[in-house]
Amino acid sequence: MNANKNNIQIANRTAVGSTTLIVGIILLILSMTFSIIHGAVDIELSTIWESLTQFNPDLTTHQIIYELRLPRVLAAALVGAFLAISGVIMQGITQNPLASPSIMGVSAGAAFMIAIAFAFFSTISQMGLMIWAFIGAGFGAGLVFLIGQLSKTGLSPVKLALAGTAISTFLQSLSTALAIHFDVARDISFWFAGGIAGTRWISIQIMIPVALIGISLALFISRSLTMLSFGEELAIGLGQRTKLVKTTAIIVVLLLTGSAVAVAGTIGFIGLVIPHITRFLVGLDYRWIIPCSAILGALLLVLADLGARMINPPFETPVGAITALVGVPFFLFLARSDRRGL
Amino acid sequence: MRGKKPYFVMIVVVLLTIISFFISLNTGYIKIDWLDIFKVLVGAGTEQNQLILIDFRLPRIIIALLIGAGLAISGAILQSITQNELADPSILGIHSGAGLAVVLFIYFLRNTTLSLQPYSIFIMPFVALVGALLAACIIYLLAWKNGLAPARLLLVGIGINAAFGAALIIFQLRMHPNDFMQATVWLSGDIQGTSWTYVVSLLPWIVILIPYVIYKARFLNIFLLGDQVAIGLGINLEQERTKLLFVSVALAGACVAVGGGIAFLGLIVPHLTKALVGSNHHVSLPNMALIGALLLLISDAIARSILAPSEIPVGLVVSCIGAPYFIYLLVRQ
Repeated sequence: MNANKNNIQIANRTAVGSTTLIVGIILLILSMTFSIIHGAVDIELSTIWESLTQFNPDLTTHQIIYELRLPRVLAAALVGAFLAISGVIMQGITQNPLASPSIMGVSAGAAFMIAIAFAFFSTISQMGLMIWAFIGAGFGAGLVFLIGQLSKTGLSPVKLALAGTAISTFLQSLSTALAIHFDVARDISFWFAGGIAGTRWISIQIMIPVALIGISLALFISRSLTMLSFGEELAIGLGQRTKLVKTTAIIVVLLLTGSAVAVAGTIGFIGLVIPHITRFLVGLDYRWIIPCSAILGALLLVLADLGARMINPPFETPVGAITALVGVPFFLFLARSDRRGL
Repeated sequence: MRGKKPYFVMIVVVLLTIISFFISLNTGYIKIDWLDIFKVLVGAGTEQNQLILIDFRLPRIIIALLIGAGLAISGAILQSITQNELADPSILGIHSGAGLAVVLFIYFLRNTTLSLQPYSIFIMPFVALVGALLAACIIYLLAWKNGLAPARLLLVGIGINAAFGAALIIFQLRMHPNDFMQATVWLSGDIQGTSWTYVVSLLPWIVILIPYVIYKARFLNIFLLGDQVAIGLGINLEQERTKLLFVSVALAGACVAVGGGIAFLGLIVPHLTKALVGSNHHVSLPNMALIGALLLLISDAIARSILAPSEIPVGLVVSCIGAPYFIYLLVRQ
């Protein structure tokens, strides 16, 4: 009787999960299409199809689609998915509902390196900045992880979060001090708020292999993550090699967040909010949470980017600000509901 | 966790504070002879030294001491009532609320006649205080649902913080570059433009509220044991929690209004103090106030001298000193 009930529940979860996935993908494709259509020059739907199937470099509209809008919307989708998956994994391994990629020192590390780049190598190219940001992301996360390792009792969730907060604040302070001293605070803020506005194909070319490796690794450890999210001891008791799983998980977070920050600057809230929304929708099984959160994260960022362009044309509103303003009401609703999915 | 020589710690901290006080008096672009400092203190210095020490450096030092104590106690209250070690006044939206109010003020009203009034030095702190209190009220109202569950308070605080931060960056990026710099410096935590008027307006908050919190130390101890225990001991949980929360907001709000967004002090000082004297709030609260004051005093002296003649915001120094020590504690535990 009881087993039967459980079966029904699991079947329901599968149904809910696949529905979320399918509806999410449909909405994502629709909003990506709309995002390509909409802009300073409105483009016909048929023109998009033409530019994809028979690209003609002499037509301005084809150029706009191919050089500007397509890479931008793809970057939005990828960055959104990356941040969401990183958030899911962070919250899973730390069992801390407040954990997010920024807590791992990733964003602060990237900001630190960008500040150094702006202060000392002011002629640096956009590509160079991306590489610096990626190195910085690794540096920040590496520091946090190292501190976790130094500690005798290991990497407890609270300790990880505390170390992350401390490192982030430390690096942020150093970069603000640099920024104020060299008078580059404004440039840095613009770079970080710039989001995905100036994305070119080169960024996409870097992100696609990262996406393939990162997402497949994430899916590969998703079963172990589910067990780990119920507590370390339980996971060990169920025969999980928690060290290996955690290390893999941290590498995935590093890859995904590092490239997301490098391409788009800091876009907060997706990594914090999407995991909660996804768990609320599909339950606690990470085999469903990871793909669903990727789709929802992509959807949120594509819509936010569209909003950033539409609110006050021809100016662009920082996309990170939009994600926060969209994410916050939902987050508050979750915080107030008793079924918090923590 | 009893004992660990709280009075010994207290004496050492007070001695260190006195030493730092004198070093800080002599820290700055213009060096003054020790003998001359002594002369000024007894009222026999030259007019120039009198001006530098009494009108510029002394109020600044006192403000640093007051803000340090206030933020430390504010952080201690929040960590106790939310039962979360990561709680900090900035989590309750104090910093982002004050920051948003200041940024909006600079953005919209900077060049109007309002900033030319005789009472204009009070406008910015007042705007910041209103912003801080409004933010705290919004968070409190949104977190209230048949009581104030600690986890909900933190989650709502983080959400509201992010929303304010987002609104803040939208306006900040549209500012004139000079205004942008001013806002950045304010947000990083900065006690540059100080005067005796600020000391007088900050002092009552600290002098009244901190003893009140020490008087309520018993409740802070009990909150740490969890809601069940607190109710079991016959405490009117919500009422005490609301009172202390309000005190915490008032302390942090007043400090942020004068000192800008000095983050991290309210997070690290309670941790440092508990590692030194144990977690009984009767003993740790006075120590926290003293250690917070000392830490901010030293940070301010460093902020003034490290890149002299230009100054860096003291909030940045606080984090750069505090974070490594905090990490050391974390690893050693």
